[in-house]
Amino acid sequence: MNKRPITEDDLHAYVDHALSTSRRDEVAGYLEQHPDEAKRIASYRRQRDELRSALAPISEEPVPPELNLVRMLDGARRPRFSVWRSAAAAVVLLAVGIAGGWSLHDMGQPAAGGIIALADEATYSYQVYAGDKGRPVEIKASDQVSLVKWVSDSLGHNISVPDLTGSGYRFMGGRVVATAHGPAGMLMYDDDRGTRLVMLTRAMTADKNAPMSSQSTGSVQRVSWSKEGIGYSLVGPLSTQALNPIAHEMRRQIETNV
Amino acid sequence: MTDMVVLIEPLIPALRRYARSLMGDRSAADDLLQDCLERAVSHWHQRREDGNARTWMFTILHNLAINSLRKTARRGVHLDIDDVSDPALSGRPAQEDGLHQQDVLRALKTLPEEQRSVILLVSVEDLSYAETAKILGVPVGTVMSRLARGRERLRQILEGDVSNKIENGPHLRRVK
Repeated sequence: MNKRPITEDDLHAYVDHALSTSRRDEVAGYLEQHPDEAKRIASYRRQRDELRSALAPISEEPVPPELNLVRMLDGARRPRFSVWRSAAAAVVLLAVGIAGGWSLHDMGQPAAGGIIALADEATYSYQVYAGDKGRPVEIKASDQVSLVKWVSDSLGHNISVPDLTGSGYRFMGGRVVATAHGPAGMLMYDDDRGTRLVMLTRAMTADKNAPMSSQSTGSVQRVSWSKEGIGYSLVGPLSTQALNPIAHEMRRQIETNV
Repeated sequence: MTDMVVLIEPLIPALRRYARSLMGDRSAADDLLQDCLERAVSHWHQRREDGNARTWMFTILHNLAINSLRKTARRGVHLDIDDVSDPALSGRPAQEDGLHQQDVLRALKTLPEEQRSVILLVSVEDLSYAETAKILGVPVGTVMSRLARGRERLRQILEGDVSNKIENGPHLRRVK
């Protein structure tokens, strides 16, 4: 069999989780045979992880008022004021500001029901159900058709169940759960060695199209995103580096099934 | 313009992180991002409908950042990036992890800007190689070689191979 040679570009794409499954396996095989290269690549992975966790807090800071896009757009839409009208407007704005000050107070906070709320709800489901010895899921994978119908009926849109066997996780089943923002579908996966992942999906009232982002909390990591009004959050006791490619794979399957 | 809010607003935290990690200074980075958002608002109608809003925004921000960094360099106002306190750049470090994180940030600052931006866009912002190439206006091959050189340089610094050539070397050495 002729194998394509492994290139330096492949090694970097391996670090960045950017390879196809088959190529990734070829690179992993190559690294097993070449311990010096494996050491170098492990070091690149480590610096990647350290950089990500060192810089993550910046993106979690509340957005300051001068970077508030909605406010900026309001400013751009209005015609230019004369000095006197500006002064008059300032008086009015001051009054509005005093009256509305408190409601503006939390404008920099994450949107209610948005992607952060979804990640928290997914975490609660993980905490309650993933450790449940008796009945972690209400409907098992063997009856996937009933589960999909139940969740789809509750959510009001069709859901699909991503297959994670390629990532080493077997689908266990799921259930409908209640959240503060309406019903959600919970899907659970297991690697047969005691590690479970929970994916929660629901309709979004805010952050309807949010790029994939990861948030860590305590011992679990969450990777969440939303598209066209449907949000997804994957939770598991893994490193972001391990959870990210699984979330990407889920997203890929969900988007090709739609 | 509501489509703009839907597409751009969720990007702000990541844009802010990129600006701050490139500039090394919180208020300069926020000023830059404000400028970037204002440009996006006024040029929104010129954006290609099928274009990717994320790449578009990062391109605007990157160009503003580079202009600003070069202007600073030309004016001869030498802002030693090592003088910028690390907590401002990194937030709160936690225990041992925090030490490694400080090391990696300190090492990152020693890289040339062109390698630093590639590493940040690819490793931290999860942009694809093709998107990164588009943002920087260079071929994908150039992105790959900057990435390879940058990562190797960081590895040498972090693993102590060149620590004696760099001031503050002992801070950079990883203690396993």
